[in-house]
Amino acid sequence: MKLAMKKLLPASFLAIAALLPLEAQAHRQWLLPSATVLSGSDTWVTVDAAVSNDLFYFEDFPLRLDGLQVTAPDGSQVKPENTGTGKHRSVFDLNLTQEGTYKIAVVSDGLFANYKLNGANKRWRGDAQTFAKEVPADAQDLKVTQTQNRVESFVTRGKPGTAALKPTGQGLELAPVTHPNDLLAETAASFRLLLDGKPASNVKVSILPGGKRYRDQTGEFNVTTDADGKFSVKWPAAGMYWLGAEITDAKASLKPATERRASYIATFEVMPQ
Amino acid sequence: MRRLLTVTLTGMAAAPLAGTAMAADLSVKVELPQLAVAEYHRPYVAMWIEHTDQTPVSTLAVWYDGKKPNAEGTKWLKDLRQWWRKAGRDLTVPADGITGATKVPGEQALTFTDGKAPLGKLSAGDYQLVVETAREAGGHELVRVPFTWPPKAPATASAKGEHELGSVTVNLKP
Repeated sequence: MKLAMKKLLPASFLAIAALLPLEAQAHRQWLLPSATVLSGSDTWVTVDAAVSNDLFYFEDFPLRLDGLQVTAPDGSQVKPENTGTGKHRSVFDLNLTQEGTYKIAVVSDGLFANYKLNGANKRWRGDAQTFAKEVPADAQDLKVTQTQNRVESFVTRGKPGTAALKPTGQGLELAPVTHPNDLLAETAASFRLLLDGKPASNVKVSILPGGKRYRDQTGEFNVTTDADGKFSVKWPAAGMYWLGAEITDAKASLKPATERRASYIATFEVMPQ
Repeated sequence: MRRLLTVTLTGMAAAPLAGTAMAADLSVKVELPQLAVAEYHRPYVAMWIEHTDQTPVSTLAVWYDGKKPNAEGTKWLKDLRQWWRKAGRDLTVPADGITGATKVPGEQALTFTDGKAPLGKLSAGDYQLVVETAREAGGHELVRVPFTWPPKAPATASAKGEHELGSVTVNLKP
């Protein structure tokens, strides 16, 4: 996995994101495909990637694409085209040459450190390789957290498939029960939240509809995963939705982290009946 | 759009039983309204039969722009979104006896025979005929007409769209 955590986001965002739990964090990361259900043969989608307060508006920071992984219906990796990062968003195009479902993911796995140096509070973010070089050996009150983040969306050309949806078994992930490109307004969809490939039970999942600019309320609602990691979402109306969950535990796999924070984010398109 | 519109069923006086060898007929008349819009594209239309719980039974007709180079017309088939989800994405187009060119405004009539493609052999029960339409740079509408199969006597049922579809009439003949 490519690690470029330092470049992932502007420092001002990092400071906010690193300190706040997901639900308190107004800045949300997201991927927004131009369409998720497609027909035809010469099929393309364009995807926006950004970090913003409201959904889905380009108003703050672009989401960096260093950790972009696009999985084709046959499991192979797809190269994004026309990739670019602007002031408020990143963008890329995908040529859907195969029939079936593609998984688009921006994945990162790095370290975050809090410490004191000569009485001053310091923060650091980077990968395991640069930790020793950049964090002074005489740092005091050092607390190192591993951060595993996964931001996803799904698009289907023709008949939906499931091969690309296979979880990797690392961090927080979603295993669909209902196909993510088969979501309908006023209809319930089921998913399973997994942590390192095993059911993530009793985790709060936040769901927010897009289009906040034209409403007074955020429209956010929450569900909690059951013992089997399962949860169900009844979509109130058609539109684009943001879904997010986060856990903290002591199962850090990158040294010298003692704590791990794993987050999962996905964008879903819910179609009218 | 899902609203079931006024349905009229007129059964005819009990006719003498026809020979059992006679295959029943299902005829559909669809009215595509003339629309006064600046940019008019002929509608894409899908017509299918489903159970009363909306599970699909068979696709009867799909009208789309199949003449565009590189099958570009297929790009818009997903806009017939209910049909696409239920049957469209499983169908390879063009499909013999099902797909055809888009039609001009006016009334279109089609007749299907029990036991023959694309209607096939319908088991006895309650069904709905569904007509869904989507127009590029325009609207989308869906009309359902319930009917019972096989017909014991000639019967007519119809429903009416509000924007993109006029009357949809189903004629049943034993």
